[in-house]
Amino acid sequence: MAKFSKKKDSGTPAISTASLPDIVFMLLFFFMVATVMRENGEKKVMVKMPAADQVKKIEKKGLVSFIYVGTPIPKYQPKYGKEPRIQLNDAFANVNEVGPFVLKEKAAKREEEKPLMITSIKADENVGMGIITDIKEELRKVNALKVNYSTKKGNVESNFKK
Amino acid sequence: MAKRKLQEINAGSMADIAFLLLIFFLVTTTMESNYGIRRKLPPPDTETKEKPPIIKKKNVLEIVINGNDQMLIEEEPAKVKDVKKIAIDFITNNGKDPKSSDNPQKAVISIKHARETTYKMYISVYNELIAAYNDIRNRYARQKYGKPFDKLTEEEQKVVKDAYPQKIAESTPKR
Repeated sequence: MAKFSKKKDSGTPAISTASLPDIVFMLLFFFMVATVMRENGEKKVMVKMPAADQVKKIEKKGLVSFIYVGTPIPKYQPKYGKEPRIQLNDAFANVNEVGPFVLKEKAAKREEEKPLMITSIKADENVGMGIITDIKEELRKVNALKVNYSTKKGNVESNFKK
Repeated sequence: MAKRKLQEINAGSMADIAFLLLIFFLVTTTMESNYGIRRKLPPPDTETKEKPPIIKKKNVLEIVINGNDQMLIEEEPAKVKDVKKIAIDFITNNGKDPKSSDNPQKAVISIKHARETTYKMYISVYNELIAAYNDIRNRYARQKYGKPFDKLTEEEQKVVKDAYPQKIAESTPKR
């Protein structure tokens, strides 16, 4: 019996942390891949997108030009008021600047990519349709007919819950 | 030249470095949802000088939304959740009800909205209309090919699309 008595319990053994770096690296790579560095600077308008369920995913992000519509963030409210405004890239813009903006985006793309370009309107759910209609008219004028209304994925009923 | 034994680098702080990077990316990540409703705008009307085709009133489903987000469909008040059913009934009427559409090819849905109508109302109604079309197309695809619409080949999709074309007209509100 003396042979085995040496193996008496000497407290619980410490858990090896050798694989901790591996786990952390795994998480790190996930977030590195999922991260999108915003290229167009800060957001100056608040956008809470409405929900819809008949949605498609945008595959080619490089071919999309974004138009943001919403109320200016509090920092800019003294200057620009609380009315919904349009943001192109990182500056406030008027409706008549939408056309030139889209054409400029288009000019930067390669020839074969031009017909595939999409304009995505990211508008706050509470903005009036007037401003959206104006944007659509501008887009029609410059023949940028592919439009995407950005939405969340969800049931439309949730749009009307308080 | 005595061969010195290479000292092993202590990798104990690797986890700390990885954590640091991890936290940086955690903070900067914005999971941007890139979902949306696709729509093709009608071309600018400067070049087309032809007269618009005459469409019988019964082939048009008229949806009007006012500035308070109240909706009338064919002059009857309606709620967002009813839109899909009304649209499906209208499109697949095939002349059964003399007051509704003759056939799916002729059926046109018209949306009129005010400048004050909220974006979410418009998107909701629009979404329901697309849902109606998708429903009908899926049903037809199942009947004809035994597969849902998404699983069909491009030619088969075209057949289905031709049978049930999506005709949604929008009229611009007056200033």
